[in-house]
Amino acid sequence: MEGLTFYALAYLAAAVFAVIISRRLGLGSVVGYIAAGVIVGPILHVSGAGSEYLEQFSEFGIVMMLFLIGMEIDPQMVWRLRGKLIGLGGLQVVLTLVAVGVFGTLLGFSWQQSALFGCVVALSSTAIVLQTLEEKGLLESDGGRASFAVLLFQDLAVIPMLACIPMLASVTTVTNSAHGETFFATLPGWASALLTLGAVVFVLAAGHYLSRPVFRAIAQLGLREVFTAAALLVVVAIAALMSAVGLSPALGAFLAGVVLANSEFKHELQNDIEPFKGLLLGLFFMTIGAKIDLSILLQHWAIVLVATLAMMLIKVGVLLPLAWLFRLRATAAWLFALGLAQAGEFGFVLLSLGRERNIFSEEMVSISILAITLGMVLTPGLFILFDRIVTLLDSRGATRADDEPEEGTVIVAGLGRFGQIVNRMLLANGHKPVVLDFRADVVDDLRKFGIRSFFGDAGRPDLLDSAGLAKANVIVVAIDDQDRAVEIVTYARRANPSIKIVARAYDRLHYYRLSDAGADYIVRELFGSSLEAAVLTLRSLGMHPYEVEKRRNVFIEQDLAGLKRMAPLFDGVTPVSDNPDFIAGFNDIGKVIENAMLGNRTAYNDLVRRGWTPPVLDDSHALKAEQSRQ
Amino acid sequence: MRVLVLFAHPAQRKSSINRAMADAARRVGGLTFVDLYEEYPRFQINIDREQERLLDHDVIVFQFPIYWYSTPSLLKEWQDLVLEYGFAYGPQGKLLAGKFALICVTTGGRESDYSATGGNNYPLRQFLLPLQQTATLCGMKFLPPFVLHAANHIGTPEAQRHIASYGALLRAITANQLDLDEALTRDSIFPADLPIMAEH
Repeated sequence: MEGLTFYALAYLAAAVFAVIISRRLGLGSVVGYIAAGVIVGPILHVSGAGSEYLEQFSEFGIVMMLFLIGMEIDPQMVWRLRGKLIGLGGLQVVLTLVAVGVFGTLLGFSWQQSALFGCVVALSSTAIVLQTLEEKGLLESDGGRASFAVLLFQDLAVIPMLACIPMLASVTTVTNSAHGETFFATLPGWASALLTLGAVVFVLAAGHYLSRPVFRAIAQLGLREVFTAAALLVVVAIAALMSAVGLSPALGAFLAGVVLANSEFKHELQNDIEPFKGLLLGLFFMTIGAKIDLSILLQHWAIVLVATLAMMLIKVGVLLPLAWLFRLRATAAWLFALGLAQAGEFGFVLLSLGRERNIFSEEMVSISILAITLGMVLTPGLFILFDRIVTLLDSRGATRADDEPEEGTVIVAGLGRFGQIVNRMLLANGHKPVVLDFRADVVDDLRKFGIRSFFGDAGRPDLLDSAGLAKANVIVVAIDDQDRAVEIVTYARRANPSIKIVARAYDRLHYYRLSDAGADYIVRELFGSSLEAAVLTLRSLGMHPYEVEKRRNVFIEQDLAGLKRMAPLFDGVTPVSDNPDFIAGFNDIGKVIENAMLGNRTAYNDLVRRGWTPPVLDDSHALKAEQSRQ
Repeated sequence: MRVLVLFAHPAQRKSSINRAMADAARRVGGLTFVDLYEEYPRFQINIDREQERLLDHDVIVFQFPIYWYSTPSLLKEWQDLVLEYGFAYGPQGKLLAGKFALICVTTGGRESDYSATGGNNYPLRQFLLPLQQTATLCGMKFLPPFVLHAANHIGTPEAQRHIASYGALLRAITANQLDLDEALTRDSIFPADLPIMAEH
């Protein structure tokens, strides 16, 4: 127990500090975790017995990452990107692999080693690139979309690569039986093939048919931790099943992710798995860092440097001509080529597997890890270089207009009677809002109508984040719960200062709280419909419909003006009944309207009757008319 | 000159010539541009705000497409509500007197359609008489209109020239480079022969 506490303390402390520093320096969290590993590695003697357990544990991070990547894969998007995905992505991976492979063989490595080096170099860092593109708002630009397509292809390409490593290994070395014989290995060939196929079919079928009723039942329990446990169970169970039939757990998790991508529980699942994935991946990168031998860096710093530069040169050398081939314009092409010029976290996975299977020596792995890490460290520098190139190209008259993001998105939080009407109007006008609601049955019903709706408590910041709050143009806060609504408005305003917030208020007081929290437009939920009833009543009493309409408009104007006047008086802390300013102001608001009620309607009538006075010729014109008559 | 452009167009499509003209006007620095349909989508015109705007400017530009020989309905509503007795006319107040009114319109018909022998039977100026008389009653000086006929396609060279010279016209008025009193004597304001004042 003491040992575990000490391990946890050292790892977590190093992780927290190194990641904070690394993010501050703009290097991203991956570099931070590796650095933390380098620091704690010698202290904890990672090569000792404790680390193997840690390693296995941390590999779940990879499984979860692939699960989440699978979830992000929207078949429609893949279809839309198919040209870039297969053409650009495929050529990029194959050409890089070939270039590095040939280069490696020429340098005297075995072909297996060269091929695996090629795989490592061909894969860029999804985590770093996507995060940077998103931070810079370039994800929706031409270059950003091309980069995304290539990253997506690389994520898919990992799966066959992982599958090929054992084959490469079996050529070079005697099969590594460290993992022991499985029950599976004792079966004849046809049976094992059938069993493998059966396992895959089971994952797909269970994901499609079984997951919804199960998750819905759990969601209706309303116990969040049980839902989290179920989400983790899915991933762990798939990993266990896949290992049992001799397939890669990552592949199984990926498949399950794809199957669940269209589920209404997608966002909830993502949110529950995300922190575990983050921590375990962090652990994975730290174990990699811990295995780096600093003496190797001191000894071979020149090799590391040359390897890094060679790797980046090869990558840019492949990416830039491809970008031109696929007609990306100058700025987009540079963003694409420089952004993807590093090797990524999958490289670490491949390297450690290669080491396990004895394809690489310890020294090769250490140098490669250092080279990849150095490449990651240099990535922010490459983005700065990209900015320079853009300004250079701009000054030469190239326009950047097409490289700006496209039109924005709407989030509708809460899909009761209020949110549904908002949603219908948006849909009728060609917008596809992301809809959030915490009642699984409501979400389920809506999905039957083809509305993109997701299960989850809209009050949870992480759910709002994954619904795209940071990039959304508008959020409609349409939930019943008054306090929650205020929380959402507050969070949305902080997370995205430029977003427009339309909020549903319960009453006047709630109106002020929402206004205080930063809502742009506030709609009192019953105001409009009550007024409609008043309009119909006045019409029934015989007032001319257009006259009623004018009076209605003046009433709204006066009421809103009063509300606005009162807003600054509301401090949100003092109860209204104890706030003398508020009480005085409140009495003031209704004066015009109240007068109207008491029969003293002059002010109100004056407002209503403005305009529509017939032109009357003034004295001068009257005079002229008289003169001409004479 | 302090210029106020009141733009009224209920169907602003991307290809609309009037929208391109409006964009040209927006780009002119130092004038006030108001898209009436944007500001009052529900026809609830804020009379006080509109009257204040009129008082704050010397040249009032009305930009709109001709609909049924008249203005789009919101601009008519604007006239009905804003040009109040006691503000725009009448013995107690004639606060707009001395200001200039400039009508900038587009028509679907060709220039030849607006003649005794054309399909519309009368010249365009006749259809603008209600506006002219409204301005005159308020004591405003009614400038000759700035017109684009046959405004059906934004791609034509005439349309493009008109859009460009609209911006130039507004810029010249804003910068006091246009002799407006001289312009009053003309039949229409053509971009080619704008009465530009000599540099001081």
